[in-house]
Amino acid sequence: MKDTDIKKLLYAHLLCIFSIILSVLIPPLFLENFSILETHLTWLCICSGVVTAVNLVLYLVVKPNTSSKRSSLSHKVTRVLKCCIYFLMSCFIFHVIFVLYGAPLIELVLETFLFAVILSTFTTVPCLCLLGPRLKAWLRVFSRNGVTSIWENSLQITTISSLVGAWLGAFPIPLDWERPWQVWPISCTLGATFGYVAGLLISPLWIYWNRKQLSYKNN
Amino acid sequence: MRLGSGTFAACCVVIEVLGIAVFLRGFFPVPVRSSAGAEHRTEPPAPEPSAGSSSNWTKLPPPLFSKVVIVLIDALRDDFLFGSKGVKFMPYTTYLVEKGASHSFVAEAKPPTVTMPRIKALTTGSLPGFVDVVRNLNSPTLLEDNVIRQAKAAGKRMIFYGDETWVKLFPKHFVEYDGTTSFFVSDYTEVDNNVTRHLDKVLKREDWDMLILHYLGLDHIGHISGPSSPLIGHKLSEMDNILMKIHTSLLSQEREGLSPSLLVLCGDHGMSDTGSHGASSTGEVNTPLILISSAFERKPGDIRHPKRVQQTDLAATLAIGLSVPIPKDSVGSLIVPVIEGRPMRDQMRFLHLNTVQLSKLLQENVPSYEKDPGFEQFKVSEKLHGNWIKLYLEESHSEVLFNLGTKVLRQYLDALKTLSLALSTQVAQYDVYSMMVGTAVVLEVLTLLLLSIPQALRRQAKVDIPLSSPAFSLLFYLMFLVLSAIHIIVCTSAESSCYFCGLLWPVAGGVMVLMSALLCAIVSVLTKMFISKSLPSKNPAHPNSRWSELDLLIVFGTVGHVLSLGASSFVEEEHQTWYFLVNTLCLALSQELYRNCFLEDDGEPQHHFHMEPGIVDATPGLPYRTGCDVWEQDTVRERLSLSDMLRGREKWMALASPWLILACCRLLRSLNQTGVQWAHRPDFGHWLTSSDHKAELSILAALSLLVIFLLVQGGCSPVSRAALLLGLLGVYCYRVAIGNVLFPWQQDNRDIAKGIIEARFVYVFVLGILFTGTKDLLKSQVIATDFKIKTVGLWEIHSGLVLLAALLFRPHNLPVLAFSLLIQTVLTKFIWKPLRHDAAEITVMHYWFGQAFFYFQGNSNNIATVDISAGFVGLDTYVEIPAMFLTAFGTYAGPVLWASHLVHFLSSVSSDSALSHACFCYALICSIPVSTYIILVTSLRYHLFIWSVFSPKLLYEGMHLLITAAICVFFTAMDQASLTNS
Ligand SMILES: [Zn+2]
Ligand SMILES: [Zn+2]
Repeated sequence: MKDTDIKKLLYAHLLCIFSIILSVLIPPLFLENFSILETHLTWLCICSGVVTAVNLVLYLVVKPNTSSKRSSLSHKVTRVLKCCIYFLMSCFIFHVIFVLYGAPLIELVLETFLFAVILSTFTTVPCLCLLGPRLKAWLRVFSRNGVTSIWENSLQITTISSLVGAWLGAFPIPLDWERPWQVWPISCTLGATFGYVAGLLISPLWIYWNRKQLSYKNN
Repeated sequence: MRLGSGTFAACCVVIEVLGIAVFLRGFFPVPVRSSAGAEHRTEPPAPEPSAGSSSNWTKLPPPLFSKVVIVLIDALRDDFLFGSKGVKFMPYTTYLVEKGASHSFVAEAKPPTVTMPRIKALTTGSLPGFVDVVRNLNSPTLLEDNVIRQAKAAGKRMIFYGDETWVKLFPKHFVEYDGTTSFFVSDYTEVDNNVTRHLDKVLKREDWDMLILHYLGLDHIGHISGPSSPLIGHKLSEMDNILMKIHTSLLSQEREGLSPSLLVLCGDHGMSDTGSHGASSTGEVNTPLILISSAFERKPGDIRHPKRVQQTDLAATLAIGLSVPIPKDSVGSLIVPVIEGRPMRDQMRFLHLNTVQLSKLLQENVPSYEKDPGFEQFKVSEKLHGNWIKLYLEESHSEVLFNLGTKVLRQYLDALKTLSLALSTQVAQYDVYSMMVGTAVVLEVLTLLLLSIPQALRRQAKVDIPLSSPAFSLLFYLMFLVLSAIHIIVCTSAESSCYFCGLLWPVAGGVMVLMSALLCAIVSVLTKMFISKSLPSKNPAHPNSRWSELDLLIVFGTVGHVLSLGASSFVEEEHQTWYFLVNTLCLALSQELYRNCFLEDDGEPQHHFHMEPGIVDATPGLPYRTGCDVWEQDTVRERLSLSDMLRGREKWMALASPWLILACCRLLRSLNQTGVQWAHRPDFGHWLTSSDHKAELSILAALSLLVIFLLVQGGCSPVSRAALLLGLLGVYCYRVAIGNVLFPWQQDNRDIAKGIIEARFVYVFVLGILFTGTKDLLKSQVIATDFKIKTVGLWEIHSGLVLLAALLFRPHNLPVLAFSLLIQTVLTKFIWKPLRHDAAEITVMHYWFGQAFFYFQGNSNNIATVDISAGFVGLDTYVEIPAMFLTAFGTYAGPVLWASHLVHFLSSVSSDSALSHACFCYALICSIPVSTYIILVTSLRYHLFIWSVFSPKLLYEGMHLLITAAICVFFTAMDQASLTNS
């Protein structure tokens, strides 16, 4: 592991954060009445689209998975299709989990589903980019002592922090402050976004500070 | 002193219960009262003020009304009368309100909106303290000054029919009475017929001055089926007819030449949207108050917006109307429209009497009363009043007199309003010294528990407290002396009454001995800890002592829950916290399960990799891991790989099990909506209890009983299996008998019985199963051969409790019981056994699920959701002790059943020390919220919601701790049994 890797990671993450900030700042120039709270669903769509795009671009440019061997076009196509299916699956699974957590079953389905989409964008999309559609690798990365590169390490940190952010975002809902952002699922989506951004910021710094102790099996 | 950690924990919780009891006594003091109240001296009424030439009007003015009839309809909500229901079902009353000689108001009842405190408020005009809720079941005589007593002293003859509470509150006050008991909530026709049957006779007679009728039927209908039930309409029309009967009879008597009489129609409290009461939602506090008399002018009142008054205003108004002194503790102000028809001099006199009474009460309760704006206004108006009287007596120009008089009246009204507000917002004084003593005891116990975690959770499960060394006995005596000195100083200097000072000195001394002993114990444990820390070899960094994700979740969940109790919304919606935590727990378990299933063969990881640096790095600073640490330091976990334990289909079932549990929890959550913000949402519980869905309810109840039988019977002996079957059948028969569910061959309309025989039939089997269980336990102790007998015995006790809960639960809650058993079975089979969690983790999981099930049952942190009907299952009359026991068990069935499952599970799988570890953890995890909560409540005691939100929760916490103590004692008993065994 070299410092250049960490630098690369930091720049990639800064680009992601920048894209989220842009998703807030750019749309008001084109859309009337756009604001995060009032047209929340629009923002969710834009944000998840932008973050997915940035992740894909980063994956294609940086190519952290050096081990990937040349493969045929059909193989690539099936891989892409599989990724799409996985993404959809993760959206549905998140949706089911939200309902189990107490989200209304019939009302606000679109809101709940878009929350599932944005959370999948923050968690599943980077996983798919980095690890590909292999569940076993996912389980390995998300268990203790399982990571094998700084990319996987940062992936672990950002994913967990977005999940924790979404989890903590549910807490303001019962409070009787009557603020517009307490409405389901705004506080949760905001929590997830803040968690994701925090994870993006923390992970390079943390890896940098602990670079002495860290050594990975395959590097 | 060396104790087993289970015994130690049980002792700690018992002491904690004592501490909480002292705290509660200090927190809920007897409200501050007029000091003259106790002696019943009859003071002469205040004379009319006058400047210069003296007025000789010193007697009370003559009564305004010759007769008063009070019709109190329990739980009459304002929109039952002023809303569309009133127009539809109460045409006569609506006519009176709109066109008759009447005044109508919305009277605001202050929480707690429970019958007895409300009756007190109506008759004394004071605001009863929160303690009155607790005393509601056992009402003592009303000692405070009240209208009924004043009327009796003035020689009025009073007749009462209705709720027995009145007879208990005012013994020997009524010349004639017939009390009906309010405890059979399912009866809503008999209670009212018992009142109405006297009416014809009484209305013909003329030998009474005051008639009070308290109708309970409406309240019972509310409790059974809520405010939107069709039964409400019938009851309202019945009440309308009764009112018409009384009114016409009064009118005909007046035509015969008597002076006007007064008919009062009021409610004691309202009804929430679920039909219960006790809290402070708008439906519960708004009650109608209608005063009907031919003395009033006929004018079209605006029915849409009746004026708002306080419920406490009625006492003063009645006193004036009957020409008796206003009760001394009354904080109410006269309802002005009542006296509007009188001459101006009389009006002023009435207002003056009321103001004088209020300002006296203010003088007695507020030291700096002279600066109070209300008191100043009173002085000004009294002076103006005197001037007016002077002018009046000199017979001045009538125009001047009238203008000045209007001014005086306005002044008086302002003064009354300010005084009344100042008095009613005055918070009752807390008995801070008792609260401090209680808090000190509880905190000492908690500290001791926290400090002994590392000792108690070691393998041998012993706690060692070196109490006998001379240094500590010196410290002990010193502490005792200091505390006694403080006690004497506080008790001699404080002018306010203090409960702890009022105790007998041996009792107080005992508490002080306890406090100093606890303090010495803490000091000794701390010293020991420092000594052992300074020896380097004693505290090696354990190689395997890293926290799993589950442990982290448990710690953060506990801390988060405890902190959330500081916000009133989180207290109101505490169920959401628990559902959330339990869901997260299930997800964490499923993650652990999947990891163990798919990644078991990676071998030892070579590289240490800290995942959560902040937390792990922070902990070595502490001597041991504190908090609700659930780590067993000495046991090295050897988890077999999961695929060795489970094969094929079993494995897939194990993988699906967390999701099954999550789905069950989601279903249960939508069974009973509780809390405040989302309580009005439609839920299955209401759908099932509405009278249209009796068939569905019957099917569901029968299915749940079947599931309960199937899940419970496996562990029982054949005898208790048969008893269980019969008992569950009996439960269904009981529900059929009281009309909740149906037999398939039965018609819907059948009269309702009390089901006493059926319920007692079930009780016999409950006792039988419990007895068999105890017998098995004793046998296992004596014979000491087979530890299987003990497991069976514990399971039988568990199933006896399940049967009792099945009897007490309302039929729509039976699925809660069935799901609880299902979840217990699934967790045991697929998660706890294969994953081999340690005793501490399992205990905490049981506790969390128990808390979640407390709310799944439909409970909340609000007194109104306590299902008191559980206390009258199988009882003919109200018997206090069984009723209280049954209500408590019915309310806390969730936590109790999970605890009893815990005992059975641990003694069936486990090593020798598991039970005492579990007992220790259970005690710890229950006492952390309680002790934090009493500190929070003490600091929030002037919060706006202290009475409506925080105090009920405090009572719930106190009760929960009491039950925890009982559970811990049971644990210890089981543990002792296993110790003597081995
Ligand atoms: Zn009532
Ligand atoms: Zn009631």
